[in-house]
Amino acid sequence: MKKSGKAPTAKKPESLSEIARNSRGEIDHDNWDLRLYVAGQSPRSLLAFANLKRICEEHLAGRYNIEIIDLVKHPQLAAGDQIIAIPTLVRKLPQPIRKVVGDLRDTERALVGLQLRPGKS
Amino acid sequence: MPSLTAKKGEPLRTLRKAPTGIPGLDEITGGGLPRGRPSLVCGSAGCGKTLLAMEFLVRGATEFGEPGVFMAFEETGEELTQNVRSLGFDLDKLVRQKKLILDYVRVERNEIEETGEYDLEGLFIRLNNAIDSIGAKRVVLDTIEALFSGLQNEGILRAELRRLFRWLKDKGVTAIITGERGDGTLTRRGLEEYVSDCVILLDHRVTDQVSTRRMRIVKYRGTTHGTNEYPFLIDEDGFSVLPVTSLGLQHDVSNQRISSGIAALDSMLGGKGFYRGSTILISGTAGTGKTSISAHFANAACARNERCLYFAFEESPGQLVRNMQSIGLDLGKWIRKDLLQIHSSRATFYGLEMHLAMIHKMVQEARPDSVVLDPIGALVQAGSQRDANSMVVRLIDFLKVNGVTAILTNLTISGNSLEHTDLDISSIVDTWLLLRDIELGGERNRALYVLKSRGMSHSNQLREFLLTENGIHLLDVYSGPEGVLTGSMRASLEAREKSAALAAEQESERKQRDRNRRREALEARIHALRKEFEIEDEESALVAAQETARAKQIDQDRRAMTVRRQGNSGHKPSPKI
Repeated sequence: MKKSGKAPTAKKPESLSEIARNSRGEIDHDNWDLRLYVAGQSPRSLLAFANLKRICEEHLAGRYNIEIIDLVKHPQLAAGDQIIAIPTLVRKLPQPIRKVVGDLRDTERALVGLQLRPGKS
Repeated sequence: MPSLTAKKGEPLRTLRKAPTGIPGLDEITGGGLPRGRPSLVCGSAGCGKTLLAMEFLVRGATEFGEPGVFMAFEETGEELTQNVRSLGFDLDKLVRQKKLILDYVRVERNEIEETGEYDLEGLFIRLNNAIDSIGAKRVVLDTIEALFSGLQNEGILRAELRRLFRWLKDKGVTAIITGERGDGTLTRRGLEEYVSDCVILLDHRVTDQVSTRRMRIVKYRGTTHGTNEYPFLIDEDGFSVLPVTSLGLQHDVSNQRISSGIAALDSMLGGKGFYRGSTILISGTAGTGKTSISAHFANAACARNERCLYFAFEESPGQLVRNMQSIGLDLGKWIRKDLLQIHSSRATFYGLEMHLAMIHKMVQEARPDSVVLDPIGALVQAGSQRDANSMVVRLIDFLKVNGVTAILTNLTISGNSLEHTDLDISSIVDTWLLLRDIELGGERNRALYVLKSRGMSHSNQLREFLLTENGIHLLDVYSGPEGVLTGSMRASLEAREKSAALAAEQESERKQRDRNRRREALEARIHALRKEFEIEDEESALVAAQETARAKQIDQDRRAMTVRRQGNSGHKPSPKI
């Protein structure tokens, strides 16, 4: 099952200047491909999804794509991205792969994990 | 301590066990690991945790029909497959047959950022998926502590691990959790806190630059188990544990006698040779023929169509075969017939326990009727004197229990007392042959005697023996007025005696001839005398006859005269005449 974020996936940037403006000085990328691994409709999973959407809207509006994978339904998918903890957010694109584990309640850390903000950790 | 092996026959207790199939381990655990529960295997790096766990799975899949899941946190499936291929495990095949799943869980700290709360449901789901997809009964988590280095929130991890082990129990799988040994604790992260049913500690110790692997069952709830440290080894057939100390003195004895391969030696041993299953020590100084006597025994054993294992700690098989050819023993023939196996390894090559384990394993595999250890003293180099003693005692016990005749050779350092061995084993051997050299007349000669031989009458004599191209020859004892002589002195004395005897014989012949001659002469004289006497006899008979005739004539004459004078025939002759 896939829940798509509302951002169009095939959207091309109009111009370099637009991207530069949108990214507000953060690390600059074309298209963000994110996957959120959850296990069933647990409160924690729902919280994580809500947090993720909020972050994306704030920082990646219009150029992200979120794929939700429910491991209860597709357990075989856990191995592919080396998922241990739930929920786990995987940044498939841009490379390199990053993982953020947890319900994303700490926005700052989530941004660091997604490399949307230079990390100190 | 009751014998551990005896428990195997008893019905299973309330605690069901999953056999590991690892030789020895099932004996000391009394049947295997607790079924349906997690067990902890811990130890320092490189002590064989992963291998033990892997063998548990592989044997489960191949021997007990229990598929398994190996969840690796440190090695990829490919690496694991390669690593255990040298041990004869074909993981690819098992994976294809759906008997095994290798799941590599990679936890990379620098890829992961943590924010907020999470659980390890992903791991549970993966594991559950793997278990259900092949109906696994066995699970290995190797090394789950890697999670601690990948994830920061220890509180969550601990809670989740506790839940994981509980979950494994509920799932009913027999699991092995491995853990790295920590400082003063069994595992670095205190896993023993969660896995408390069975804890096995592996140890890899280096003493005097020789490493030995040992295993100990720290705890095993609800069952009795061997409590000692047991040596184990990892070789081309995998893991094996030696419950060596569980041996006692309750072995059966045989009354059968077997030849030593040297007829004269057999006759010194009550005429029949050694007892089957006894332990024979051959000790002597360098070059006294210990190996040659051992080889004779091996040769004789093979000639009886028995199997013999020869452990040479100083010579390679090729060298031994060549050297024994020089005394007329063709050991190569027996090797080709698969009756004789020669194993050569330097004593210092492994630790003592490893030697013991190796010998155990080979004896159990080859099931020989006899074993030669040449020389046993070399083992001292592989460990301390005390360890070597106890090892050899255990080895002798083991061989006796299995009814294997054992020949041990021991080099006596010259200068030491001959009735002394490097290892204090002289009291536990059944037969002790002492070889010594006798230096006399500028020569060094070999001599042999039976110092002791339990349960048989044996010769008390010191016998010289020769190594000839037709094997060993024991010479008869020379004990003349000049004492025991050997070598050329013996030969020269024998020659002298021989010539003296010849001279004496000639002398007696001469005397005999002389007497004969004298007898002949005497007889001739007797004959002559008899002849003379006969002649005399005849003559005297003639004279007597003549006398008679003459008297008769005179009588007749007288009568005629009377008749003529008186003319009266009735007249009596005068009595005066």
